[in-house]
Amino acid sequence: MGNKINTNELLIKNGRVIDPLNNIDSVCDVLIEEGRICYVGKVQKQMPEDKVIEASGKIVCPGFIDMHVHFREPGDEEEETIRSGSHAAVAGGYTSVVCMPNTDPTIQDETSIEFVHRMGRQTRKTHVYAMGALTKDRKGVELSEMGLMAGAGAAGFTDDGTGVQDASVMRKALKYASMFGLVVSQHCQDSSLSGNGVINAGFNSMLLGLPGMSPLAEELMLWRDIQLNKSIRAKYHAQHISTKGSVDIIRKAKQEGIPVTCEVTPHHLLLNEQTVAEYDTNYKMNPPLRTDEDNAALKEAVKDGIIDALITDHAPHLQSEKELEFLYAPFGIIGLESALPLFGKALIEDGIIDWPELVAMLTCKPAEILGIDETKGSFTKGKWGDITIFDPEEKWQIDVNKFFSKARNCPFHGWDVKGKVCYTIVGGEVRYSSERD
Amino acid sequence: MAERKIEWTRKHLLGLRELSREEIELILDTANSFAEVNKRSIKKTPVLRGKVVVNMFFEDSTRTRNSFTLASRRLGADVIEFTKKSSALSKGETLLDTARNLEAMGVDLVVIRHNAGGTPKLLSRSINACVVNAGDGFHEHPTQALLDVYTIREKFGSLDGLKIGIVGDIANSRVARSNVYAMTKLGAEVTLIGPPTLMPPVGDLPVKVSNNFDDVIESLDVVNMLRVQFERLSSNPFPSKREYTRLFGLTEQRMKRAKDNIAVIHPGPMNRGMEIESSVADGANSLILRQVTNGIAVRMAVLFLVSRAPE
Repeated sequence: MGNKINTNELLIKNGRVIDPLNNIDSVCDVLIEEGRICYVGKVQKQMPEDKVIEASGKIVCPGFIDMHVHFREPGDEEEETIRSGSHAAVAGGYTSVVCMPNTDPTIQDETSIEFVHRMGRQTRKTHVYAMGALTKDRKGVELSEMGLMAGAGAAGFTDDGTGVQDASVMRKALKYASMFGLVVSQHCQDSSLSGNGVINAGFNSMLLGLPGMSPLAEELMLWRDIQLNKSIRAKYHAQHISTKGSVDIIRKAKQEGIPVTCEVTPHHLLLNEQTVAEYDTNYKMNPPLRTDEDNAALKEAVKDGIIDALITDHAPHLQSEKELEFLYAPFGIIGLESALPLFGKALIEDGIIDWPELVAMLTCKPAEILGIDETKGSFTKGKWGDITIFDPEEKWQIDVNKFFSKARNCPFHGWDVKGKVCYTIVGGEVRYSSERD
Repeated sequence: MAERKIEWTRKHLLGLRELSREEIELILDTANSFAEVNKRSIKKTPVLRGKVVVNMFFEDSTRTRNSFTLASRRLGADVIEFTKKSSALSKGETLLDTARNLEAMGVDLVVIRHNAGGTPKLLSRSINACVVNAGDGFHEHPTQALLDVYTIREKFGSLDGLKIGIVGDIANSRVARSNVYAMTKLGAEVTLIGPPTLMPPVGDLPVKVSNNFDDVIESLDVVNMLRVQFERLSSNPFPSKREYTRLFGLTEQRMKRAKDNIAVIHPGPMNRGMEIESSVADGANSLILRQVTNGIAVRMAVLFLVSRAPE
């Protein structure tokens, strides 16, 4: 966000302040001066009324970070733009998002990284970061210009949407990327096994007559990458894991001290392959929705700290595309504006974890993976005043027609949920308020 | 017409999985009465006069398409033939837009064949016309299965207790899926026969699975041979055609082990010499052409019933 002179002053009073990194969970105040965190505790200072937010009954925490979104710019601005995506992000409580590079053209050079950052700054909503492609044109053959992109501020590298199939290329990529200390993020999927699958492989895909994607396609590549990284020890991150087998592999790797982090989406916690029965393409996503057993294993993994980050994989598509035959409709659903209550439903309401643990997976943990923990993810004095304030008890109904995102491809439309973002504050400035939405 | 046990209430025929035994029997009984019409010198009845049927075929088909066209015409309906090549779909229009346009022209029934599973269901949600599934991907092919069980019932009087083998590329076969539902609901015992590479997970379906045709053939009353769908196979699930024929082909030699009155059915088109030997396909036990004849009556019954369903 640059070092502009900022007189932003804000006092957030009487909220339940949760700052997992600093082990804070108490009812107190947060003071922001010049856009940065100044003090957390009881603040006596007199402030003008428009500089005070009364937050009693609400949770006040560092701004959410989504390390996996698709804003479709450049190339598919009719689906989403960095502007519309940023509006959706702040409405969901996100103060930082990381755009994936699978745009058209691919984000794979300094200029395109800078472009995304600039569009994000101009929108003045959320912080917008970009990952660069790991290999040229995401083809999995030649390494991309990682060094130049790192210099331009890339948040990491990934061929998102497709895993690097060739093991020797992946080994090289991990080695090369390790020189920049940035994360290498992989969509684990062995294409020889996933084939042309569109849903989870098994009895259900047999009944529906749709080609299936084997869980093994995900697990094999994940296992391979972890073995490759055993000696390289790059920052390796497995995207949106979806199977019990993946959880087991990561659990074992972590026990052995091999560097690996991973993320999970709300839909892989809450939905399973049975929901595809009506051929509604809003349930078509990659990785596909799996089984009840996988849902349970993922929740267990969250509880055990195997899962590091919660992400949305916000993937906007045109309604006309999602109206296609199930086989031909694109993969993906949007998620920024419904993430908080859905994570709450999956993890808090069932007593899997508590709010401080959930907040950590939305804030300091992704910040650490991305290496932006110097400025974001906690209320440590001097960090940017990126803050999310939400009411954990407020009940509402998800209505896609009220979304800021341009897209409507959301299977949770009509769900009754609990937990609503009230304010999203970026650099000490209120960028979203539910009162004004 | 046989005495009806139930009333038909479905506006669409999307598959047989959701149908009850009574509903399947109602279709077969209705088809019986239309079979009578087909024996007359003037093979027409006016029950769909004034109605418009569109045949939307997105996959090549001769048998099913002509069967539906004849069925519709014999019921007095006007028929629009629609192919992907001659439509706006080749100009980039989506399936739903095309369907909505056809509907705006006053179409009452849509018969759809598509290579993507679930497309008839998608259509049924989006338009007001009745939708009849004429085969979707490797999901279901309900009218094929109905004409199969009709043909079996014609020969044996009932399917109760019959032992039926479905042989071949089960994994990629919509015919196999629909037939499993129809045959087992009508009381038959079904065994799926083929190599493991062509066998899908059968979960809790009430079927047996065998990888050894010779072990099973002696016990069968009916053998339903399937076409090996080379166009759907991305890589060879068996080493050679020669080996496939040796292990899973219905050869004359293998027929010697079968019951004398075994019924041989095949949805066509056949790979002669591969999954079935010509002499068997054309032999005394073959009901393959009888299936084709019965297909018209069965499709007349389906079109008639769905068009009469309450809104």
